Amino acid sequence: MNVDLIIILPEIILLALACLVLMVDAFSKDPLHLLTYWTTQASLLVVMALVLFYFPYKAQVAFNGSFVSDYMSAILKVLMCGITSVVFLYSYEYLKEHKFLKGEYFVLGLFAVLGMMIMTSAYSLLSVYLGLELLSLSLYAMVAMQRESKAASEAAMKYFVLGAIASGMLLYGISIIYGLTGSLDLLTISERINVDNVSHMHLIYGMIFLIVGIAFKLGAAPFHMWVPDVYQGAPTSVTLFISTAPKLAAFAMAMRVLVDGLMPLVSDWQSILIILAVLSMATGNIIAIAQTNMKRMLAYSTIAHIGFFFLGFIAGTASGFSASMFYIISYELMTMGAFGMIILLGRNGLEADMLFDFKGLSQRSPWFAFVMLCIMFSMAGVPPFLGFWSKWFVLQELVASGFVEIAVIAVLFSIIGVYYYLRIIKLMYFDEPDSMTTIKTSKKMHFVLSINGILILVLGLAPNILMSLCLMALAG
Amino acid sequence: MIEQIVFYFFGGVLLLSASMVVIMRNPIHSALLLVLSFFASAAIWLLLQAEFLAITLVLVYVGAVMVLFLFVVMMLDINLVTVREGFTRFLPVGITVAVLMVAAMGLVVSSDYFMSDTYMVIKSIGPDYSNTKELGLILYTQYLYQFEIAGAILLVAIIAAISLSMSKSKVNKSISSEEQVIVKKTDRLRVIEMKAESNIQSKKI
Repeated sequence: MNVDLIIILPEIILLALACLVLMVDAFSKDPLHLLTYWTTQASLLVVMALVLFYFPYKAQVAFNGSFVSDYMSAILKVLMCGITSVVFLYSYEYLKEHKFLKGEYFVLGLFAVLGMMIMTSAYSLLSVYLGLELLSLSLYAMVAMQRESKAASEAAMKYFVLGAIASGMLLYGISIIYGLTGSLDLLTISERINVDNVSHMHLIYGMIFLIVGIAFKLGAAPFHMWVPDVYQGAPTSVTLFISTAPKLAAFAMAMRVLVDGLMPLVSDWQSILIILAVLSMATGNIIAIAQTNMKRMLAYSTIAHIGFFFLGFIAGTASGFSASMFYIISYELMTMGAFGMIILLGRNGLEADMLFDFKGLSQRSPWFAFVMLCIMFSMAGVPPFLGFWSKWFVLQELVASGFVEIAVIAVLFSIIGVYYYLRIIKLMYFDEPDSMTTIKTSKKMHFVLSINGILILVLGLAPNILMSLCLMALAG
Repeated sequence: MIEQIVFYFFGGVLLLSASMVVIMRNPIHSALLLVLSFFASAAIWLLLQAEFLAITLVLVYVGAVMVLFLFVVMMLDINLVTVREGFTRFLPVGITVAVLMVAAMGLVVSSDYFMSDTYMVIKSIGPDYSNTKELGLILYTQYLYQFEIAGAILLVAIIAAISLSMSKSKVNKSISSEEQVIVKKTDRLRVIEMKAESNIQSKKI
């Protein structure tokens, strides 16, 4: 038991620290919640350090096979804590500017991170489900937190109802798989699938529900209806949070369920994922063209990116999965920068989330316009930016596995997608600004956002650093 | 034999009341029928000799959740016309989906794999066997990890509910009596020197 406790030490400490932050916030009278904020950041740092300190050089299983700590989980956990820390930094600026700073925001955020870490390390379907619920519940509350905003309440309702349906689907799939294999343990499930007396048709029936649940949570078409409304309606800082770290957790969930658990059914889930991927790339890229709201446009761009992300899974090889991981990590970097820019331009309770808010940004602030240029080029997949390599690796693996026609479709849709990314660049560099108000920003935000943009460029010039990390994550 | 009769009776009641929950026009009726369906499923639990689960279902769902639900329904005064809106419009889609689901489930459940003879018959267990104790044992040993996560989820639910519904400021109109007692004239009254308006006629009222 003692060994088990050491294996899940980062989770235990995070839970304790989240409760500590809750207490700190309850007793501090500071209207700026500075103490809460810094305790939160320190908590994330401590957890990150703990994961690194107890780095699992070989996979360790705890609690009767419901928890696993391996290379992938450790690397993803460090990334989640890091990304969440940056998200909180942006959020703090945003919440202060828009005057609904609340300590619960950070507490719920920490619990969401706990849920993500549980999902990442889940080795039984029950822990996958519980981690997902912990994450989703925190996110629903964070979306609804801006109570005066009608859009935010509506977004929260939609998110909650559709999320509940997705959880229902997932549970239904889990119960069918459990009925067939008699186990919730992912390894046992994959062993028992190989034994012939489990009916193939029934397994597929259960698996479809599991995939629907995963697709719902990732926001892949045709289960994407909630994405644009939630992204647009939620406060920008929450949208930023939803679109970053939880996507890593969803990747981990897909890895655990589809690869660790249902790998014997690979040829079946490949064909389902092909449909999801092509539909997502089509809806995402085409509908994004018609958007005038930046957040909504980025939501559709997310759907398109998720389609691309599935391509690595379709390849069905370890290197394909690491290409997917590379894709999702680089997507996080880009989307973090993009929403960071929206937060940066917003002021005094007014969101700057329309496309025309970016008009003539190069005259107002050449440096931030350049950062946004890096992000948009990267999202469009222009070399030498990071986004080019993420698309490149995924397509490479796809072609290597013999899905040439899917790769061609993917390239076609990403060419369509280039249009709306370039439109932003055109607005920034070739249009006259509506007003020349200078962009006020804190030094911290300026610094981090700049690093974010530079990282996209630097990692794009040396993609092998990140790729070797992803390969290592899936080899261990 | 008698067990089967009991099973089919409660199974029938469960199906009927569950579908009535959806069909009923009055939300109060729906809620009451939901209570009935919980009772029927509790009875089926009892047939499976899972008395702890049966009692929990009645206590928690019927006793607490549904009563709360009824209170909320009565307090909110839901407009039935708007609830019904679009019912006929979405009916074809709804029925198609339902039929597809039932067909797919029927295909799976009715196949040989789920035939009842592949499952063992429930042994009747003696009165000294404690369901509650067995559940507790497995919950605190094998499923300890999941049990703890469930605790964290409940904590998040509490935090979320409080942060969404509590507001410290403006809405609260209660008066602090201590402040009322020690109040002085200078706290409330302000004397301002003003020049008298000289030409009142020219000002339009």
